[in-house]
Amino acid sequence: MSLLARLSPLRDAHRALISSGQDPFSVEFSRVLSATEAIVQGRRTILLGTNNYLGLTFDPSCIEHGIAALAQQGTGTTGSRVANGSYLGHRHLERRLAAFFGRRHAIVFSTGYQANLGVISTLVGPGDHLVLDTDSHASIYDGSLLGRAKVTRFRHGSPEDLDRRLRRIAAEGGNKLIVVEGIYSMLGDTAPLREIVAVKREHGAYLLVDEAHSLGVLGENGRGLAEAAGVEADVDFIVGTFSKSLGSVGGFCVSDHPDFEVLRIACRPYMFTASLPPSVIATTVQALRRIEEAPELRATLRANARALYDGLAAAGFVLGPEPNPIVAVKLPSSETAVAFWNALLQNGVYLNLALPPATPDHCALLRASVSAAHSAEQIAHVVRVFSKIGHEMGLLKAPGSKEPLANAAG
Amino acid sequence: MNRPDNALQEIVSLLGERFPQKAPITADMHISRDLGLDSLAAMDLLMSLEDRFDVSIPLNSLPEVETIGDLAALIDNTRAGATRR
Ligand SMILES: Cc1ncc(COP(=O)(O)O)c(C=O)c1O
Repeated sequence: MSLLARLSPLRDAHRALISSGQDPFSVEFSRVLSATEAIVQGRRTILLGTNNYLGLTFDPSCIEHGIAALAQQGTGTTGSRVANGSYLGHRHLERRLAAFFGRRHAIVFSTGYQANLGVISTLVGPGDHLVLDTDSHASIYDGSLLGRAKVTRFRHGSPEDLDRRLRRIAAEGGNKLIVVEGIYSMLGDTAPLREIVAVKREHGAYLLVDEAHSLGVLGENGRGLAEAAGVEADVDFIVGTFSKSLGSVGGFCVSDHPDFEVLRIACRPYMFTASLPPSVIATTVQALRRIEEAPELRATLRANARALYDGLAAAGFVLGPEPNPIVAVKLPSSETAVAFWNALLQNGVYLNLALPPATPDHCALLRASVSAAHSAEQIAHVVRVFSKIGHEMGLLKAPGSKEPLANAAG
Repeated sequence: MNRPDNALQEIVSLLGERFPQKAPITADMHISRDLGLDSLAAMDLLMSLEDRFDVSIPLNSLPEVETIGDLAALIDNTRAGATRR
Protein backbone atom coordinates (compact mmCIF):
# COMPACT_ATOMS: atom_id res chain seq x y z
CA MET A 1 0.00 0.00 0.00
CA SER A 2 1.41 3.41 -0.88
CA LEU A 3 1.99 6.13 1.68
CA LEU A 4 -1.31 7.73 2.85
CA ALA A 5 -3.37 5.26 0.82
CA ARG A 6 -4.93 4.09 4.07
CA LEU A 7 -6.53 7.54 4.36
CA SER A 8 -8.39 7.25 1.08
CA PRO A 9 -11.77 6.48 2.74
CA LEU A 10 -11.37 9.73 4.67
CA ARG A 11 -10.47 11.63 1.50
CA ASP A 12 -13.50 10.19 -0.30
CA ALA A 13 -15.82 11.15 2.55
CA HIS A 14 -14.41 14.67 2.47
CA ARG A 15 -14.90 14.92 -1.31
CA ALA A 16 -18.54 13.89 -0.95
CA LEU A 17 -19.00 16.47 1.78
CA ILE A 18 -17.66 19.39 -0.25
CA SER A 19 -19.41 18.38 -3.47
CA SER A 20 -22.57 20.09 -2.21
CA GLY A 21 -21.02 23.50 -1.46
CA GLN A 22 -18.28 25.26 0.46
CA ASP A 23 -15.72 23.12 2.32
CA PRO A 24 -16.60 23.54 6.00
CA PHE A 25 -12.99 22.78 6.91
CA SER A 26 -11.47 25.61 4.89
CA VAL A 27 -13.63 28.67 5.32
CA GLU A 28 -11.66 31.87 4.71
CA PHE A 29 -12.29 35.19 6.36
CA SER A 30 -10.89 37.66 3.84
CA ARG A 31 -11.26 40.45 6.37
CA VAL A 32 -12.15 40.36 10.07
CA LEU A 33 -14.21 43.42 10.98
CA SER A 34 -14.80 42.91 14.69
CA ALA A 35 -15.23 40.16 17.29
CA THR A 36 -18.57 39.32 15.67
CA GLU A 37 -18.27 40.13 11.96
CA ALA A 38 -16.05 39.22 9.02
CA ILE A 39 -16.12 39.20 5.23
CA VAL A 40 -16.63 35.67 3.87
CA GLN A 41 -16.99 35.08 0.11
CA GLY A 42 -17.32 38.85 -0.29
CA ARG A 43 -20.27 38.92 2.12
CA ARG A 44 -20.59 40.61 5.51
CA THR A 45 -21.04 37.65 7.85
CA ILE A 46 -22.00 37.26 11.51
CA LEU A 47 -19.43 35.16 13.36
CA LEU A 48 -21.26 32.66 15.53
CA GLY A 49 -18.65 29.93 15.76
CA THR A 50 -15.49 31.46 17.15
CA ASN A 51 -15.51 30.55 20.90
CA ASN A 52 -14.80 34.26 21.43
CA TYR A 53 -17.08 34.20 24.47
CA LEU A 54 -16.28 37.61 25.88
CA GLY A 55 -15.40 39.29 22.58
CA LEU A 56 -11.95 40.21 23.90
CA THR A 57 -10.09 39.75 20.58
CA PHE A 58 -10.83 43.40 19.82
CA ASP A 59 -10.72 44.77 23.36
CA PRO A 60 -8.81 48.09 23.01
CA SER A 61 -6.87 47.62 26.25
CA CYS A 62 -5.75 44.10 25.26
CA ILE A 63 -4.62 45.37 21.86
CA GLU A 64 -2.74 48.24 23.47
CA HIS A 65 -0.86 45.91 25.85
CA GLY A 66 -0.07 43.55 22.99
CA ILE A 67 1.35 46.34 20.81
CA ALA A 68 3.51 47.68 23.62
CA ALA A 69 4.98 44.22 24.35
CA LEU A 70 5.55 43.60 20.65
CA ALA A 71 7.44 46.88 20.26
CA GLN A 72 9.49 46.46 23.45
CA GLN A 73 10.23 42.73 23.44
CA GLY A 74 10.07 41.66 19.82
CA THR A 75 8.01 39.20 17.83
CA GLY A 76 8.92 35.90 19.47
CA THR A 77 10.95 34.06 22.09
CA THR A 78 12.53 31.75 19.48
CA GLY A 79 12.81 28.85 21.88
CA SER A 80 11.53 26.81 24.79
CA ARG A 81 11.60 28.11 28.34
CA VAL A 82 13.63 25.16 29.54
CA ALA A 83 16.39 25.47 26.94
CA ASN A 84 16.24 29.17 26.12
CA GLY A 85 14.90 30.83 29.28
CA SER A 86 11.68 32.54 30.31
CA TYR A 87 10.79 36.17 29.78
CA LEU A 88 9.46 38.11 32.76
CA GLY A 89 6.00 37.99 31.21
CA HIS A 90 5.73 34.20 31.37
CA ARG A 91 6.33 34.18 35.12
CA HIS A 92 4.05 37.16 35.58
CA LEU A 93 1.20 35.47 33.73
CA GLU A 94 1.69 32.32 35.81
CA ARG A 95 1.49 34.32 39.02
CA ARG A 96 -1.63 36.07 37.76
CA LEU A 97 -3.30 32.78 36.85
CA ALA A 98 -2.42 31.24 40.21
CA ALA A 99 -3.86 34.28 41.99
CA PHE A 100 -7.00 34.30 39.83
CA PHE A 101 -7.74 30.68 40.71
CA GLY A 102 -6.46 30.96 44.30
CA ARG A 103 -3.91 28.19 43.73
CA ARG A 104 -0.25 27.85 44.63
CA HIS A 105 1.03 26.81 41.21
CA ALA A 106 0.42 27.65 37.57
CA ILE A 107 2.21 26.53 34.44
CA VAL A 108 1.69 28.04 30.98
CA PHE A 109 1.81 26.03 27.74
CA SER A 110 1.93 27.21 24.14
CA THR A 111 -1.61 25.95 23.36
CA GLY A 112 -4.53 24.45 25.26
CA TYR A 113 -4.00 21.26 23.27
CA GLN A 114 -0.43 21.02 24.57
CA ALA A 115 -1.57 21.76 28.14
CA ASN A 116 -3.79 18.65 28.07
CA LEU A 117 -1.22 16.63 26.18
CA GLY A 118 1.48 17.51 28.71
CA VAL A 119 -0.44 17.39 31.96
CA ILE A 120 -2.42 14.23 31.25
CA SER A 121 0.61 12.31 29.97
CA THR A 122 2.79 13.35 32.92
CA LEU A 123 0.57 13.38 36.04
CA VAL A 124 0.02 9.63 35.80
CA GLY A 125 2.54 6.98 34.78
CA PRO A 126 2.99 3.21 34.49
CA GLY A 127 0.72 1.36 36.94
CA ASP A 128 -1.63 4.36 37.27
CA HIS A 129 -5.07 4.81 35.72
CA LEU A 130 -6.61 7.55 33.64
CA VAL A 131 -10.41 7.60 33.68
CA LEU A 132 -11.89 9.68 30.85
CA ASP A 133 -15.39 10.75 29.85
CA THR A 134 -16.26 9.19 26.46
CA ASP A 135 -16.92 12.64 24.93
CA SER A 136 -13.51 14.01 25.90
CA HIS A 137 -11.76 16.48 23.61
CA ALA A 138 -9.12 15.11 21.22
CA SER A 139 -6.34 16.72 23.28
CA ILE A 140 -7.38 14.63 26.30
CA TYR A 141 -7.41 11.41 24.27
CA ASP A 142 -4.06 12.31 22.72
CA GLY A 143 -2.61 13.01 26.18
CA SER A 144 -3.70 9.52 27.20
CA LEU A 145 -1.91 8.08 24.16
CA LEU A 146 1.30 9.94 24.93
CA GLY A 147 1.35 8.76 28.56
CA ARG A 148 1.91 5.33 30.08
CA ALA A 149 -1.09 4.97 32.39
CA LYS A 150 -3.91 2.51 31.71
CA VAL A 151 -6.87 4.25 30.12
CA THR A 152 -10.53 3.59 30.96
CA ARG A 153 -13.54 5.44 29.56
CA PHE A 154 -16.81 6.10 31.39
CA ARG A 155 -20.16 6.99 29.83
CA HIS A 156 -20.55 10.68 29.09
CA GLY A 157 -21.69 12.69 32.09
CA SER A 158 -22.53 9.61 34.18
CA PRO A 159 -21.23 9.57 37.78
CA GLU A 160 -22.85 6.12 38.22
CA ASP A 161 -20.86 4.67 35.35
CA LEU A 162 -17.70 6.40 36.61
CA ASP A 163 -18.28 4.75 39.99
CA ARG A 164 -18.82 1.33 38.40
CA ARG A 165 -15.61 1.55 36.38
CA LEU A 166 -13.54 2.79 39.31
CA ARG A 167 -14.91 -0.13 41.31
CA ARG A 168 -13.64 -2.56 38.67
CA ILE A 169 -10.09 -1.22 38.95
CA ALA A 170 -10.19 -0.68 42.72
CA ALA A 171 -8.08 -3.76 43.45
CA GLU A 172 -5.42 -2.85 40.90
CA GLY A 173 -3.63 -0.17 42.91
CA GLY A 174 -1.88 2.82 41.38
CA ASN A 175 -3.11 6.41 41.29
CA LYS A 176 -6.36 7.22 39.54
CA LEU A 177 -6.90 10.47 37.65
CA ILE A 178 -10.42 11.36 36.48
CA VAL A 179 -10.65 13.88 33.63
CA VAL A 180 -13.80 15.86 32.81
CA GLU A 181 -14.64 19.12 31.03
CA GLY A 182 -16.47 22.15 32.42
CA ILE A 183 -18.65 22.71 29.36
CA TYR A 184 -18.47 20.03 26.66
CA SER A 185 -17.65 21.55 23.32
CA MET A 186 -20.12 19.64 21.16
CA LEU A 187 -23.47 19.86 22.98
CA GLY A 188 -22.66 22.66 25.44
CA ASP A 189 -23.63 20.53 28.45
CA THR A 190 -21.79 20.78 31.78
CA ALA A 191 -20.27 17.88 33.75
CA PRO A 192 -22.29 16.87 36.87
CA LEU A 193 -19.33 18.00 38.94
CA ARG A 194 -20.76 17.67 42.47
CA GLU A 195 -21.70 14.05 41.86
CA ILE A 196 -18.36 13.35 40.19
CA VAL A 197 -16.57 14.86 43.18
CA ALA A 198 -18.50 12.52 45.51
CA VAL A 199 -17.39 9.50 43.45
CA LYS A 200 -13.82 10.80 43.31
CA ARG A 201 -13.70 11.09 47.10
CA GLU A 202 -15.12 7.64 47.64
CA HIS A 203 -12.42 6.10 45.47
CA GLY A 204 -9.54 8.30 46.59
CA ALA A 205 -8.95 9.44 43.00
CA TYR A 206 -7.60 12.74 41.68
CA LEU A 207 -9.76 15.03 39.55
CA LEU A 208 -8.74 17.24 36.61
CA VAL A 209 -11.28 19.62 35.07
CA ASP A 210 -10.66 21.13 31.63
CA GLU A 211 -12.35 24.53 31.84
CA ALA A 212 -11.56 25.41 28.20
CA HIS A 213 -15.12 26.54 27.45
CA SER A 214 -16.12 27.60 30.99
CA LEU A 215 -13.27 29.92 32.08
CA GLY A 216 -14.66 33.47 32.10
CA VAL A 217 -18.09 32.00 31.37
CA LEU A 218 -19.29 30.14 34.48
CA GLY A 219 -19.00 31.01 38.17
CA GLU A 220 -19.54 34.23 40.09
CA ASN A 221 -15.95 35.30 39.32
CA GLY A 222 -15.59 33.49 36.02
CA ARG A 223 -13.40 30.71 37.41
CA GLY A 224 -15.45 28.10 35.60
CA LEU A 225 -17.64 25.12 36.47
CA ALA A 226 -15.67 24.19 39.61
CA GLU A 227 -16.52 27.62 41.04
CA ALA A 228 -20.12 27.50 39.84
CA ALA A 229 -20.62 24.05 41.42
CA GLY A 230 -18.87 25.11 44.64
CA VAL A 231 -16.34 22.26 44.54
CA GLU A 232 -13.04 24.02 43.81
CA ALA A 233 -11.36 22.48 46.87
CA ASP A 234 -12.02 19.00 45.46
CA VAL A 235 -10.64 19.74 41.99
CA ASP A 236 -6.94 18.89 42.05
CA PHE A 237 -5.98 20.25 38.64
CA ILE A 238 -7.61 22.82 36.40
CA VAL A 239 -6.57 23.01 32.77
CA GLY A 240 -7.66 25.78 30.45
CA THR A 241 -6.92 27.65 27.27
CA PHE A 242 -6.29 31.28 26.34
CA SER A 243 -7.81 30.71 22.91
CA LYS A 244 -11.47 31.11 23.84
CA SER A 245 -12.69 33.61 26.48
CA LEU A 246 -9.22 35.21 26.72
CA GLY A 247 -9.08 35.85 22.98
CA SER A 248 -5.43 34.88 22.37
CA VAL A 249 -3.61 31.54 22.21
CA GLY A 250 -1.99 29.31 24.80
CA GLY A 251 -2.94 26.98 27.63
CA PHE A 252 -2.35 26.45 31.34
CA CYS A 253 -2.73 24.22 34.35
CA VAL A 254 -3.18 25.39 37.97
CA SER A 255 -2.97 23.29 41.12
CA ASP A 256 -2.11 23.20 44.81
CA HIS A 257 -0.25 19.91 44.49
CA PRO A 258 3.04 20.29 46.42
CA ASP A 259 5.19 18.63 43.74
CA PHE A 260 3.59 20.43 40.81
CA GLU A 261 6.71 22.35 39.73
CA VAL A 262 8.47 19.13 38.71
CA LEU A 263 6.25 19.18 35.60
CA ARG A 264 8.58 21.82 34.15
CA ILE A 265 11.40 19.32 33.84
CA ALA A 266 9.32 16.22 33.11
CA CYS A 267 6.54 17.29 30.79
CA ARG A 268 7.64 17.00 27.17
CA PRO A 269 4.94 19.20 25.56
CA TYR A 270 6.15 21.96 27.92
CA MET A 271 9.87 21.37 27.44
CA PHE A 272 10.27 20.71 23.75
CA THR A 273 8.37 23.51 22.06
CA ALA A 274 8.81 27.28 21.81
CA SER A 275 7.19 29.45 24.47
CA LEU A 276 4.51 32.04 23.75
CA PRO A 277 5.58 35.39 22.24
CA PRO A 278 5.59 38.40 24.60
CA SER A 279 2.67 40.09 22.81
CA VAL A 280 0.46 37.03 23.36
CA ILE A 281 1.45 36.90 27.03
CA ALA A 282 0.64 40.61 27.37
CA THR A 283 -2.82 40.42 25.78
CA THR A 284 -3.61 37.35 27.88
CA VAL A 285 -2.63 39.06 31.14
CA GLN A 286 -4.81 42.02 30.20
CA ALA A 287 -7.72 39.77 29.17
CA LEU A 288 -7.57 38.05 32.56
CA ARG A 289 -7.75 41.49 34.15
CA ARG A 290 -10.81 42.27 31.99
CA ILE A 291 -12.51 39.11 33.27
CA GLU A 292 -11.93 40.33 36.82
CA GLU A 293 -12.91 43.95 36.15
CA ALA A 294 -15.90 43.41 33.93
CA PRO A 295 -18.38 40.87 35.32
CA GLU A 296 -20.99 42.58 33.13
CA LEU A 297 -19.41 40.82 30.12
CA ARG A 298 -20.42 37.51 31.68
CA ALA A 299 -23.95 38.75 32.32
CA THR A 300 -24.30 39.92 28.69
CA LEU A 301 -22.91 36.59 27.47
CA ARG A 302 -25.47 34.66 29.51
CA ALA A 303 -28.30 36.87 28.25
CA ASN A 304 -27.16 36.39 24.64
CA ALA A 305 -26.85 32.63 25.09
CA ARG A 306 -30.33 32.48 26.61
CA ALA A 307 -31.77 34.58 23.76
CA LEU A 308 -30.30 32.34 21.07
CA TYR A 309 -31.23 29.12 22.89
CA ASP A 310 -34.79 30.22 23.60
CA GLY A 311 -35.24 31.72 20.12
CA LEU A 312 -34.13 28.54 18.35
CA ALA A 313 -36.13 26.32 20.72
CA ALA A 314 -39.27 28.40 20.11
CA ALA A 315 -38.68 28.12 16.35
CA GLY A 316 -38.85 24.34 16.76
CA PHE A 317 -35.21 23.27 16.62
CA VAL A 318 -33.86 20.44 18.76
CA LEU A 319 -31.01 21.74 20.91
CA GLY A 320 -28.40 20.56 23.40
CA PRO A 321 -29.62 20.13 26.98
CA GLU A 322 -28.51 23.43 28.57
CA PRO A 323 -28.67 27.12 27.54
CA ASN A 324 -24.90 27.70 27.69
CA PRO A 325 -22.85 29.84 25.26
CA ILE A 326 -22.35 26.75 23.11
CA VAL A 327 -25.71 26.18 21.46
CA ALA A 328 -25.87 22.92 19.51
CA VAL A 329 -28.64 22.41 16.95
CA LYS A 330 -29.31 18.74 16.16
CA LEU A 331 -30.27 17.92 12.60
CA PRO A 332 -31.72 14.67 11.24
CA SER A 333 -28.72 13.70 9.08
CA SER A 334 -25.26 14.75 7.95
CA GLU A 335 -26.71 15.70 4.55
CA THR A 336 -29.25 18.12 6.05
CA ALA A 337 -26.60 19.52 8.39
CA VAL A 338 -24.22 20.21 5.50
CA ALA A 339 -26.99 21.79 3.41
CA PHE A 340 -28.17 23.88 6.36
CA TRP A 341 -24.62 25.00 7.14
CA ASN A 342 -24.12 26.09 3.51
CA ALA A 343 -27.44 27.96 3.49
CA LEU A 344 -26.47 29.78 6.69
CA LEU A 345 -23.17 30.87 5.15
CA GLN A 346 -24.95 32.11 2.04
CA ASN A 347 -27.23 34.09 4.35
CA GLY A 348 -24.30 35.69 6.17
CA VAL A 349 -24.13 33.48 9.27
CA TYR A 350 -21.00 31.47 10.08
CA LEU A 351 -20.92 28.69 12.66
CA ASN A 352 -19.38 25.22 13.06
CA LEU A 353 -20.49 21.99 11.48
CA ALA A 354 -19.91 18.83 13.51
CA LEU A 355 -20.50 15.45 11.91
CA PRO A 356 -20.30 11.81 12.98
CA PRO A 357 -18.15 10.01 14.02
CA ALA A 358 -16.72 13.02 15.91
CA THR A 359 -20.05 13.81 17.59
CA PRO A 360 -21.82 12.34 20.64
CA ASP A 361 -24.26 9.56 19.65
CA HIS A 362 -23.26 10.06 16.01
CA CYS A 363 -25.60 13.03 15.64
CA ALA A 364 -25.17 15.79 13.03
CA LEU A 365 -24.77 19.18 14.66
CA LEU A 366 -24.63 22.86 13.89
CA ARG A 367 -22.60 24.31 16.71
CA ALA A 368 -23.00 27.98 17.58
CA SER A 369 -20.85 29.80 20.11
CA VAL A 370 -22.32 33.01 21.45
CA SER A 371 -20.26 36.07 22.44
CA ALA A 372 -20.85 38.92 24.87
CA ALA A 373 -19.95 41.10 21.89
CA HIS A 374 -23.01 40.00 19.87
CA SER A 375 -25.77 42.60 19.84
CA ALA A 376 -29.34 41.63 20.66
CA GLU A 377 -30.16 42.49 17.03
CA GLN A 378 -27.49 40.10 15.72
CA ILE A 379 -28.92 37.27 17.83
CA ALA A 380 -32.47 38.05 16.71
CA HIS A 381 -31.29 38.15 13.09
CA VAL A 382 -29.61 34.75 13.44
CA VAL A 383 -32.82 33.25 14.85
CA ARG A 384 -34.78 34.65 11.88
CA VAL A 385 -32.28 33.25 9.37
CA PHE A 386 -32.36 29.85 11.08
CA SER A 387 -36.18 29.76 11.00
CA LYS A 388 -36.31 30.81 7.35
CA ILE A 389 -33.87 28.07 6.29
CA GLY A 390 -35.53 25.53 8.58
CA HIS A 391 -38.88 26.15 6.88
CA GLU A 392 -37.41 26.19 3.38
CA MET A 393 -35.79 22.83 4.06
CA GLY A 394 -39.01 21.45 5.54
CA LEU A 395 -37.39 20.80 8.89
CA LEU A 396 -39.83 22.80 10.99
CA LYS A 397 -43.53 22.73 11.68
CA ALA A 398 -45.62 25.74 10.72
CA PRO A 399 -44.88 28.84 12.85
CA GLY A 400 -46.65 28.73 16.20
CA SER A 401 -46.87 24.94 16.29
CA LYS A 402 -45.47 23.66 19.56
CA GLU A 403 -44.47 20.32 18.23
CA PRO A 404 -40.72 19.82 18.08
CA LEU A 405 -38.90 18.36 15.13
CA ALA A 406 -39.31 14.59 15.31
CA ASN A 407 -36.43 12.14 15.29
CA ALA A 408 -33.80 14.82 15.14
CA ALA A 409 -31.13 12.88 16.91
CA GLY A 410 -31.76 9.67 14.96
CA MET B 1 -27.00 -10.30 35.04
CA ASN B 2 -25.46 -13.73 34.59
CA ARG B 3 -22.08 -13.53 32.96
CA PRO B 4 -21.55 -15.40 29.73
CA ASP B 5 -18.62 -17.76 29.95
CA ASN B 6 -17.52 -17.76 26.34
CA ALA B 7 -16.24 -14.39 25.19
CA LEU B 8 -16.10 -15.36 21.52
CA GLN B 9 -19.73 -16.56 21.44
CA GLU B 10 -20.85 -13.38 23.15
CA ILE B 11 -18.96 -11.08 20.77
CA VAL B 12 -20.26 -12.99 17.77
CA SER B 13 -23.86 -12.67 18.93
CA LEU B 14 -23.43 -9.00 19.86
CA LEU B 15 -21.91 -8.10 16.50
CA GLY B 16 -24.34 -10.39 14.67
CA GLU B 17 -27.20 -8.22 15.94
CA ARG B 18 -25.40 -5.03 14.98
CA PHE B 19 -24.18 -6.14 11.57
CA PRO B 20 -26.79 -8.60 10.27
CA GLN B 21 -25.49 -8.03 6.72
CA LYS B 22 -22.00 -9.31 7.74
CA ALA B 23 -23.26 -12.66 9.10
CA PRO B 24 -21.79 -15.05 9.90
CA ILE B 25 -19.28 -13.27 12.17
CA THR B 26 -16.17 -15.39 12.63
CA ALA B 27 -13.07 -15.28 14.83
CA ASP B 28 -10.72 -14.47 11.96
CA MET B 29 -12.71 -11.42 10.84
CA HIS B 30 -10.73 -8.18 10.93
CA ILE B 31 -12.41 -5.56 13.10
CA SER B 32 -11.66 -2.52 10.97
CA ARG B 33 -11.19 -4.05 7.52
CA ASP B 34 -14.06 -6.57 7.55
CA LEU B 35 -16.51 -4.94 9.93
CA GLY B 36 -15.61 -1.33 9.16
CA LEU B 37 -15.34 -0.25 12.79
CA ASP B 38 -13.30 2.94 13.17
CA SER B 39 -11.20 3.54 16.30
CA LEU B 40 -14.10 5.24 18.10
CA ALA B 41 -16.50 2.41 17.32
CA ALA B 42 -13.89 -0.09 18.49
CA MET B 43 -13.58 1.79 21.79
CA ASP B 44 -17.35 1.75 22.18
CA LEU B 45 -17.48 -1.98 21.44
CA LEU B 46 -14.81 -2.55 24.09
CA MET B 47 -16.89 -0.53 26.54
CA SER B 48 -20.00 -2.64 26.04
CA LEU B 49 -17.95 -5.82 26.37
CA GLU B 50 -16.46 -4.54 29.64
CA ASP B 51 -20.02 -4.17 30.93
CA ARG B 52 -21.15 -7.52 29.57
CA PHE B 53 -18.30 -9.34 31.31
CA ASP B 54 -17.93 -6.96 34.26
CA VAL B 55 -14.20 -6.49 33.71
CA SER B 56 -11.93 -3.53 33.07
CA ILE B 57 -9.93 -3.62 29.86
CA PRO B 58 -7.66 -0.62 29.36
CA LEU B 59 -7.79 1.09 25.97
CA ASN B 60 -4.04 0.59 25.79
CA SER B 61 -4.63 -3.02 24.74
CA LEU B 62 -6.67 -2.07 21.66
CA PRO B 63 -3.78 -1.47 19.22
CA GLU B 64 -2.86 -5.16 19.48
CA VAL B 65 -6.40 -6.25 18.66
CA GLU B 66 -6.93 -6.87 14.96
CA THR B 67 -9.47 -9.68 14.73
CA ILE B 68 -12.58 -10.79 16.59
CA GLY B 69 -10.50 -13.70 17.88
CA ASP B 70 -7.88 -11.29 19.32
CA LEU B 71 -10.64 -9.41 21.10
CA ALA B 72 -12.11 -12.61 22.57
CA ALA B 73 -8.65 -13.70 23.74
CA LEU B 74 -8.09 -10.31 25.37
CA ILE B 75 -11.31 -10.65 27.34
CA ASP B 76 -10.63 -14.26 28.30
CA ASN B 77 -7.12 -13.38 29.51
CA THR B 78 -8.38 -10.40 31.49
CA ARG B 79 -11.04 -12.54 33.18
CA ALA B 80 -8.52 -15.27 33.95
CA GLY B 81 -6.21 -12.64 35.46
CA ALA B 82 -9.05 -11.19 37.52
CA THR B 83 -9.96 -14.60 39.01
CA ARG B 84 -6.35 -15.36 39.89
CA ARG B 85 -6.03 -12.16 41.86
C1 LIG C 1 -12.26 20.99 25.81
C2 LIG C 1 -11.09 21.52 25.08
N1 LIG C 1 -9.85 21.35 25.60
C3 LIG C 1 -8.76 21.82 24.98
C4 LIG C 1 -8.85 22.50 23.78
C5 LIG C 1 -7.58 22.94 23.09
O1 LIG C 1 -7.38 24.28 23.19
P1 LIG C 1 -6.54 25.10 22.10
O2 LIG C 1 -7.38 25.22 20.89
O3 LIG C 1 -6.30 26.39 22.78
O4 LIG C 1 -5.27 24.36 21.83
C6 LIG C 1 -10.12 22.74 23.24
C7 LIG C 1 -10.33 23.54 22.00
O5 LIG C 1 -9.80 23.39 20.98
C8 LIG C 1 -11.26 22.22 23.88
O6 LIG C 1 -12.47 22.37 23.35
